[in-house]
This record gives sequence, structure tokens and C-alpha cells, in this order.
Amino acid sequence: MDLFNEARVRQLQLTTRRHFLKKCSVGLGSIALSSLMGPQKLLGMDGLDQGGQPPLPHFLPKAKRVIYMHMAGAPSQLEMFDYKPELQKLHDLDCPPSLLEGKKFAFIQGTPKMLGPQHQFGQYGQSGQHVSDLLPNFTQAVDEVTFIKSMHTDEFNHAPAQLFLQTGNPRVGRPSMGAWVTYGLGSENENLPGYMVLVSGGKNPSAGKNAWGNGFLPSEYQGVQCRNSGDPILYISNPDSMSRNMRKISLETINAINRRQYEEFGDNEISSRIAQYEMAFKMQMSVPDAMDITKEPEYIKEMYGAEPGKASFANNCLLARRLVEKGVRYVQLYDWGWDMHGTDKSTSLNEGLKEKCTQIDKPMTALVLDLKQRGLLDDTLVIWGGEFGRTPMRENRGGVVMPYYGRDHHTEAFTIWMAGAGVKQGFSLGETDEIGYYGTKDRVHVHDLQATVLHLLGIDHEKFTYNFQGRDFRLTDVHGHVVNDILA
Amino acid sequence: MKKRKSFNKNSRIATVLLTLVLSGLLSCNHEKIDFNAQVRPILNKNCISCHGGVKQSGGFGLVFRENALKETKSGKFGIVPGSPEASEMMRRINHKDPEMRMPLEKEPLSENEVAILTKWIEQGAEWEEHWSYLKPADPEVPNTGSEWPANKIDHFVEQKLKEHKLTPSPIADKFDLARRVALDLTGLPLAQDRLQQFVGDNSGNAYEDLVDNLLNDPGFGEHWASMWLDLARYADSQGYVPDNYRSVWKYRDWVIRAFNQDMPFDQFTIEQLAGDLLPDPSIDQLIATAFHRNTMSTNEGGTNNEEYRISAVVDRVNTTWEVWQGTTMSCVQCHSHPYDPIRHHEFYTSFAFFNNTTDWDGPVEYPLLKELHGEDSSKVEEIVQWITAQSNATEANKWKKFMLLNEPSLRAEDFSDMKKVENYNRSTQDFLRVFDGSSFALPNIQTKEIDRVYLHYKLRGKAKGRIILSLDSMQQDIIGQANLLPTNGFQVLPIPVNVDHEANQIWFAVQSSNEHFRCDIESISIGEKLPSPPDEEYQQVYASIDQVLNAPGKNATPVMVEKNEAHSRETHVFVRGNWMVHGEQVAPAIPGLFDPDQEMDLDNRLDMARWLVSQRNPLTARVIVNRFWAKIFGKGLVVTVEDFGTLGDLPTHPQLLDWLAIRFSTAWQWSVRKLLKTIVMSATYRQSSVVSEENKQLDPYNQWLSRSPRVRLSAEQIRDQALAVSGLLSRKMYGKSVMPYQPDGVWNLEYSVDSWKTSPGEDAFRRGVYTYFRRSSPYPSFITFDASERDACLSRRIKTNTPLQALVTLNDPVYMQAARHLAGEVLHAADDDQSKVTWAYQKVMGKQPDAEKVKILLNMLERARKHYSEYTEEAYHLAKTENMDLAVFTVMANALMNMDEFLVKN
Repeated sequence: MDLFNEARVRQLQLTTRRHFLKKCSVGLGSIALSSLMGPQKLLGMDGLDQGGQPPLPHFLPKAKRVIYMHMAGAPSQLEMFDYKPELQKLHDLDCPPSLLEGKKFAFIQGTPKMLGPQHQFGQYGQSGQHVSDLLPNFTQAVDEVTFIKSMHTDEFNHAPAQLFLQTGNPRVGRPSMGAWVTYGLGSENENLPGYMVLVSGGKNPSAGKNAWGNGFLPSEYQGVQCRNSGDPILYISNPDSMSRNMRKISLETINAINRRQYEEFGDNEISSRIAQYEMAFKMQMSVPDAMDITKEPEYIKEMYGAEPGKASFANNCLLARRLVEKGVRYVQLYDWGWDMHGTDKSTSLNEGLKEKCTQIDKPMTALVLDLKQRGLLDDTLVIWGGEFGRTPMRENRGGVVMPYYGRDHHTEAFTIWMAGAGVKQGFSLGETDEIGYYGTKDRVHVHDLQATVLHLLGIDHEKFTYNFQGRDFRLTDVHGHVVNDILA
Repeated sequence: MKKRKSFNKNSRIATVLLTLVLSGLLSCNHEKIDFNAQVRPILNKNCISCHGGVKQSGGFGLVFRENALKETKSGKFGIVPGSPEASEMMRRINHKDPEMRMPLEKEPLSENEVAILTKWIEQGAEWEEHWSYLKPADPEVPNTGSEWPANKIDHFVEQKLKEHKLTPSPIADKFDLARRVALDLTGLPLAQDRLQQFVGDNSGNAYEDLVDNLLNDPGFGEHWASMWLDLARYADSQGYVPDNYRSVWKYRDWVIRAFNQDMPFDQFTIEQLAGDLLPDPSIDQLIATAFHRNTMSTNEGGTNNEEYRISAVVDRVNTTWEVWQGTTMSCVQCHSHPYDPIRHHEFYTSFAFFNNTTDWDGPVEYPLLKELHGEDSSKVEEIVQWITAQSNATEANKWKKFMLLNEPSLRAEDFSDMKKVENYNRSTQDFLRVFDGSSFALPNIQTKEIDRVYLHYKLRGKAKGRIILSLDSMQQDIIGQANLLPTNGFQVLPIPVNVDHEANQIWFAVQSSNEHFRCDIESISIGEKLPSPPDEEYQQVYASIDQVLNAPGKNATPVMVEKNEAHSRETHVFVRGNWMVHGEQVAPAIPGLFDPDQEMDLDNRLDMARWLVSQRNPLTARVIVNRFWAKIFGKGLVVTVEDFGTLGDLPTHPQLLDWLAIRFSTAWQWSVRKLLKTIVMSATYRQSSVVSEENKQLDPYNQWLSRSPRVRLSAEQIRDQALAVSGLLSRKMYGKSVMPYQPDGVWNLEYSVDSWKTSPGEDAFRRGVYTYFRRSSPYPSFITFDASERDACLSRRIKTNTPLQALVTLNDPVYMQAARHLAGEVLHAADDDQSKVTWAYQKVMGKQPDAEKVKILLNMLERARKHYSEYTEEAYHLAKTENMDLAVFTVMANALMNMDEFLVKN
């Protein structure tokens, strides 16, 4: 064993014993390990105490990795996937009081009008799925995906709803789904972070970095945000004009001194430090390489609509494929700008939503089809959706008619889709009532979605816990049922 | 809660020791079973996850004795005191059928465990409170008869070492010790001149002098503030969307000053939790209460202000219990505690202490304590002088606070009989909108003392109106009126009133002849009569007060203000933690577990704060002493510093913990400085951190303190140290938070107007404690090194070790700047390479390098020169001069600041 590997093994032993035996005496024990510090296979096999918990994965996983495309701001299901011709008939009529009684809305006041779908729908693929004309490319991928049209959530404001979806709790402080997954399963590539986050649309989501936070898990499980300009990961590049050769000289010096220090102090932590610097050096190579989409052939860039050097959802989709290809466990995409209230043109269902759909239509379709043609879709789970849905009523902020067509936040019904590993193809689960207000069949709660994602990764969401401040915490809190109907 | 067993403390401790030593051997038949030491660990490990305080499978729970003794669902009794044979629990534990045997689907209990439980039930199945809630007996200091101890701490430590067949490590190298103690007490490496002074001083007092010197260094308060600010979840932003700026740095400065003045910890506690309720509180004591104004707030469109107000109060409860009592109350918010005997409703009796302040989650974070400047400030001082002359300083101070705070204010929640109004209670709108014909009343007012009513209002549009105040009934006995004229945003309108008799409420009627009239009333406050006859001077003073209330303040700090008793809030249990579902009404009280006798009448926050630091509370001193210990040794005597409950770790050195806690809260009069001095003066602290073979085998995690721990420095320390050794660090103290360099695009937040602008001059090089902390996007290099995200109280930063950390200290421009600065000095400091290398290393580590390290560094110089002689452009770019050696030494300095030994305390 060379020094690097020896140090790494030591690090792993130390990390496990120190953090996991101390910290989670009731938790996962040794199986969970650092997403950044090495492959999972080294552990979970060496017979360390697992605190009485079943080892991970709990059963054979269908998915090895996840790409989650979160449309921050919450896209309108009624203009994209949930086809409601009845709603058109009610267009511009007063909303009946029965729909308003006891309900809380973010902005609707008084009696709003009903608002018919603002875009045309067609049926596509062998499965005959409904898709609106906002997404012409996506019609080619519908036979690969499962729609869930009966999603619902508890939260009707963006930040709490995003946190609820991503962490299982509407307030900050809990680990995000990606953090849980990398904590549980580790990374398959020791030169890349196990959990990476790509943001487009010009802004971060409302929940800020808490949406990919580690909560009470060690900070190495927080999502590593890739940047659209400058360093792809903060400080990954050497300082201006320090060449890689010079960096190598300096790192060799640092590690030589550290080895000398180890001889003197005998502290195993020093070996970890040596490994840490070796890995940083490797990451400096592997991250820019992974993030460099100029290396992709023209037809692939064309397929996604990716343009190197530009900050776009298209580039991020292509990057997501490159990252999962290299073994990144969890890739989280956020695309900002879906909050179509109708306060101005850019937030109108007719203009703003159309523009946003154009931005995602080609890339998300390409992502599914590209993963498929590479055989990666078999064990990669792709998820698309927002944090809640939109009302079938037209928003009337302040009780007045607004200049553009928009819809308010809505918790009772929204649509997401999933594709890949272990999920049915060309399938649609759940139904909403004739105006798309409320799920009437096979309702799926946010906690059910989380339970299902973990299930596909081979994790029983009820057994996957972390003990913090005396309590065993789960991603799904004390809720959640696996949605068996969508499993292939 | 009268279950506390009377017993002899020494015998308990003796039993603990005995069972630790003889663990596994239960030979003594007549020995009384010790519940805490013997029974509880078995129950916690095997039973409590199904038979606890929440989940009580089969109707059997083991947290409260009365639950354990009651009839279970099957009609049998789990525990029958005195009769193991009749106890269903024992029958199931001993069951031969593995499907029936407890614990289910797990290994059966060992013979020894079964024997303990049997005997315990035989002896009456008595419960005993968990160790941390029992009053400590002053432990006898063990005498091991050796020369090693430097103070009492060492006697306790040495005893444990002996028990574990360990010997103390030799004393640390003088240079390492100097660096260690400076980093531990001030967060900074020792200044070169002090280092020389210490090294040159061969007297017996050299180390103690150094310690005293460091304890009095201004850096002391800055360093310990970092720890406290994690607990206080201090940040410069509001938290939730849009996470805008919050001006609360005066609280941070208050903490630094408190540590630097060695404010006794009991006072430190009382002022932060209830400074506003102290008699005649000072401005500083009000600032201290910002401790609990560090909760997160939201301005996201559509959020409910009451929901987030409650969420802040919940956080105040949780934080208070975690910081002072090492207890997690958050479980109890929804149900009784699963492991500790705390009941569901007791969360709300705690909640009631905090549920009566005037702050809420409105668009502006009132109450805000203004700082006035110029003329306004002198006006306040004039008024204060005048009132002092008329009456006394206390009265004057009361008025001063009223002028700076305009509190206590009354809002729609306090009004009654509201007619034709719209009550907005949403994120960005929180006011009562009134129209022509609107009316409402302000009940429970002592009208006799009133001289002014202040209306905090805003007119929507230009349509004017009028407000009429009356006593007894609407528009009868009119006591005052005022025109409602167009405003520029919200402003304070003084309405002089003339009251001739006592009534219980004031009526407000609004009129306007314009149908477009709309007026938003944010709050109302009451001005009392000034202590003087209402002559002309009186009127002038009142006019000045009216002006000051509308004066634009700066650096307004959110503080706590208690609602008047007449308008206090009711607290109800929230059924299953849901704030919309009210259960029984509760009054403020401490959970029975912590205060079984309930002798003190605890009515408000001040009572509660005083109780926390009273001699009736044994937990506070233990928890706090342990926090400081953990910062110094990297690990607490109780490792779970945040949890002293039954699921927390047991103390490794229970007697030492109690010895320190008793000293701290009595003889040392809560002096943090005395506590820390005692710790760092111990021989235990002064040991070397070299890990011997013996250590590795017998004390791999150093829980017995057989050496000094090598602890990685905190996020703030790592940056501060790099700036300090390179000479870039600014020691400027206090003031608004600063923005050191951070790459573009890190702040990229929705709906926010704030931006990151690198602070000019030395402000970019201040200590980390002054770095602007935005919760949704904290300074990235700190977060990478495990700094708290300041969302909630954090007791322990979990140290991780990731390549991203290496990338920070290698590549973050501030570290390169530090390296370049140091390199510039190196070139002038010595002539030949060997001296330069030695000088630079000495500067960074405060000691001479060993020969091997010098060799490694010289080798680096050679390789670097060779590289740069080939790539001269590269050297020029890095150093920005023709002098290639500046580039060479910059790279070397950067390497020195990435050595393991630089990143840890040795």
C-alpha cells in the first residue's frame, strides 16, 4: 500500500470511529462515511460496529445516483402537464366560495376569477401523455417518464416549501436529501465531491444554500455548489499564475514536512492531513476536467442546446450527465424564475412561462435521452419538479385585477416527473379534479416522494436515521410511504 | 414529582466508582442497586426506544416511574416493586421463546444485566434522577501522592490515569506551549515580543505571567465571543427570505466587552435573558437582550407573521435550555420527552416565559433601540437632565428608553371592539387599516397617568382624516384628537390628551370626508405624565420628546421589551406542537425535573434567568464549565456538551466536573477568567501532545487526558492566524461587521438588495469575529472549516477533514496575500537561504524548525528557483516584481501556512 492509500485507510478508520461511533451511537455506525474522503466499499465491510442498524443499502438498489432538477418558484402544472379542459369553460367566472373557505393563499384576496389553461395541449408517445405546446421537444421523451400529477405539500411559501421538499422540514436545520444520500452511500469517485449543486436562472433558490445544506450531518455532506463563472468550485484553481508544477512542488513540500511532523508527534490525524492535500491536488485536475463541456462533441452540445461559457440550464443539464458519468452520487439542479404571478410580463403565463419552458425543454429532454443512449438511465434516477403547484384561479394580488395572467401558490396539486432507474416508463400516476385544484386519486405527499427516492437507492426511509440531540432523525420525519405504483 | 430518593451522596459516588471498577461483577448480594449507574444504562440501551416517554409499546413506558408501574394494555403489570416474579417485564426478558423475549429480535440481556434488573425490582424498583440534575456534593480532592499535579485539576486527572494504567505525558516544549496557550486564550498566536519575553524568563512565574497577560489581552474577548456567538446564533442578517441586513453588531460588541471585563457569568446570563426587566436597566443591558433577538425572521410574501413569531419564541425556549441546561427541549414541543422525564405541557410553561415580548415577525424588527446623533442626541441628554432635576435619575432613564425605543407599543392584537377595519398580519404588511367610520378601543389602560397617545401610522395617498380619542364610550368624553395628514412612510404622531378621570379604556374613532381615505396604524404607545407641573417648560420638554421619537436613528438594535401585564399574552399548549391548535392554558414554570420543589415563584424571564444561576440549579455551572473545558481540550468532560440528559454521555471525570462547577459558581463568583486560568495552569493542560505508544494503546481517544490533544483550529482562528503571522492582521476592535474579499457571485439571492462590497483598508483584514455573517450565504471559507451556519444554537462544531479545506488555505486570495506579505519581510530579514527559511518558519510557528524541516524547505527553494528560472513570466506574475525570490518565498510562505502543525494546536 502506498502512503496515500495507507493514509486514506487510516483516515477512514479514524473518521468512522471518531464521528460515527461517538456521534451516532444509535445511528448508522460505520457504513456511512465521508462523501469526499473515499469510496464506500472500503467500509461497511470491515466489520466495525454498526450500532445495531441494518447495513446500507438495506436492499438491492435500482438507482445508483440521482439528478434532481428543481424548478425554483414552482412551475404551473396547469400550463404544462395537467390538462384541464373543464377549467377552460370556467374561465373568467368568479371562483366559487367553496374553494376559498378555510384556505390560505399567499396573494389571492377576496374573490378571484377562474383562469383557463393558457396553452394548448396534445397527447404524445405510445403512452399518450398530455404535454402542452410549451414543451415541443419533451414530447419525444414522454415514453421514458412517469408523471405524478397528484403531488401535494404542506407549505405555500417558496423558502419553506423548498426546504420541505429538499430536507423534509419547512424550517432550516435539517440535512438535504442529497446530504442524506451521500452520507448513507458515499461517493463513487474519490476525486469529486459526492453531492454537487448547479444553479441557473440568475439567482439562487429562495431557501438559499440551506436547500443543499448538511443540517446536523457533518459539513462534508453539504452540497458543493458549482459556480457559473470563475472557479467551477470555489478556490479549486491555483492562484493566478501559480502553475500546476509549482503547486506540485509546494504540495510535496507540505507533505514532506507533515510526514516529519508525524514522525515526531505520532498523531494519525497528520496522515489524514497528508491524504487531504493529495486529494485536493487530484480534485484540482478532476473538477475542471469534469466541468469542461467544451470537451463534448458538437452534436451533444447541440442536443442539449449547451453553449460553453454561458450560465444556463442547458449547460447544467450537460454537466449533470458528465458528473453522474464520473460517479457523482447526487447532482442537484436549481433553475430560478418559475414564480408566475402575473405581476409583469416576465412573470406572466403567456410570456414569462413560455420563455422559461423554452430554456428547459431541449436540455431536459436531451438529458433523459442522452442518459438512455449511454445506458446510464438504467441506474440513474432523474426527477423534475417544483416546490408546489399553482392555483386554477387567476391571481388578484391586493384584490385587484392584475395586468397579466398569473397564478398564485398552491399546495394541493402539482405535477412532477421522474425517469430512469426503477421507475415505470410512459406512465402517469394520480389524478386531480376537473379544474386541477385538488388531487382526487393516488395523492403523493412530499414525504412519500422522499421515501420513494430513498427506496430506489436501496434505503428504507424508516430505518435510515441519524441521532442528533437525543433524537433519531429521518428525512421523512415520522411520515412517508413508498409510492409502489410507480416502481417498474 | 416526589420521587427523589434521599440518599447519601458519597455513598452514591462510591457506588459509581465501585461499579465502574468492578463492572460486570455483581457479587455483593446486599449492595443497594444504583439506578443511575446500573439500571438506567440497561434500560436506555435495550428498552427505551420502544418503551419510552412517547412510544410506549403495549402501554408500558420506562421514563416515568408511574408509567412503568401502571397496568399495561395486556392487563399485566410490567413492574411490581418488590416482586420480580410478578413483573411482566422480567417474565418477558427471561422468556425462552425468542419471539416473545425482550428486547424483541435482539440479543437477550446478559446474565449480569438480568441480575441487576431483578435485584432492582426486588429492592423496590426505585427511580433516581439522572446524575446531572442532582445537587453535587463537593468532591474530596484525591491525593495520589505524586509530584506531578500543579493544581487540583491534576489530582482528579491523575487518579483516572492511574485507574487506566496510564502516566501523564511530559511537559510540552516551551515554544509549543506558548503558542497553544495564546491560541486557546486569545485565538491568536503569541506576538513575537511576548514570546521572547516568555522564553527569556527563567523564573518560576514565567508561565503564569504569560497566562495573566493573555487573559487581559483584548483578543481574549474576541476569541471567546466566537464561541458564545455560535450559541447565540448571532448573524448580520434576518435569516429567511430575503435575508436582509440586521443591525445587531452592538450585541456582538457587548459580548466581547463582557468577556474582556470578566463579567461574572451569572450577570452575563441575567442581562442577556432579561436585561430589560432589571430595575432601571442601562442601555447596555438592553443591548444584551439582543441575545434572543438573534432568531430568524422572514419577509417572504404571503407568510404569516404570528406563525414566525411563534417559531422565534420556540427557538428562544430551545436555545435557552440547550445553552444553560444542556437539555434538548425541541422534542417536548410535540410530545413528552422520549428519554428524559419532561412532559409535553412543560415545553409551554417554558414557552410562557418568552411569549410576552412586544417583538413579532413584522416587516420591521421592532422593538429597535435607536442610536441618535448630533442635535437629537444632545436633545435627549437635555431632557434627561431636566427630568433628573425634577425627579431622579431612574425616572430620567425611563424616559430616555422611551425616547429611544417608543415601547412598549400596543398593536392590533391588543385592541378590542374593532369595527370597519382590516387587520393585515402578513410578511410585508402588518398594520390595522382604518377608513372613514372605523373605530376600535384600547382596553386595560390606566388612563389617569396618560399625557400623550402616540400613533405610529402611515397615510395611503393624500386623502386626509381625523382621529378622535374618548373615554367611557365612543366620542363621549373626548380627551384628544388629531388630523391624519399625508406622511412620508410611517411616522409617530403625538396626540396630547386631557384626562380628568380614571377609565378602563380609550376609544378611537376615525373620520374622513374623503371616501379614498386609507390609514395604516402600526402601533400605539402611551406617554405618561412628566414629573413636573404642566407648565410651559413641561410643554417644551414634551415637544422635544415628540421630536426625538420621530428622529431618524442609526444602528438601531433589536432588543427585548416585555408587554405590560395588562396586555400580556396567554400561553396555551399547542396540541402535537401545532401552533394553530390550542390546548390548555399554562402559566410560566420550570419543568418539574429541574425544579422539583418549585419553591421560587417564577413569573417572568427575569425570575427564570435568576433561577438558572441560582444555587438551586446544579446544572448550569456543570454545563457551562464543560463548555469552556471542551473549547480548551477539544472535547468536554461530558462529550455531548449539548446534552446532559439521559442519552448524553456520562462525564469521564464526574468529580472533576463537580469540583470545577462548585468553584465556578461559588468561590470564583462565576469568573470565567478564574476558571480558564485554573484550567490552563494545570499540569494536565501543559502536557506534551506527542502521542506515545502507551497513549495509542490505552487511551487512543485521549479521554483520560494522558496527553494534550492536537486540535485543529477553528475557521476564525485559521484565518486570523495567517493574517497575524504575516503582519496583515488589523487589531481594530468593535463596530459594524466588515466584508473581507470574497469572489463575485457568492451572494446571489432572490429578492434581496444587499450586496457584498470588500471593505476598504484595514477593515478587510480584521479578525474573523467581525466578518459580516449572512445566514443564507456565509463567508465561504469559514463554512468550509465547519463554522456554524448560525441558524440555530450550536454547541459543538463537528470537525471534518475535506480537500475543500486544503483548497481554501492554498488558494483563497487572502492566504496568498498573507504569504506574499510574509515573503516580502523574509527577504529583508536575513541574508542566506538557511537563515531566511529559519526566520520564516519561526515567524509562522513561533519556534525554530528542526534540521530535517530546514532541509525540506531548502530543497523547495532550489526546486522553485529552478522552475522560475525557466518560467520567469510566472514568477513575475506571482510577485509583481522582477525579484524572482519574492515569488519563491511567497510559494514557501504559502506552504508554511498549510503545514499540519500550523492548522492545529500542538
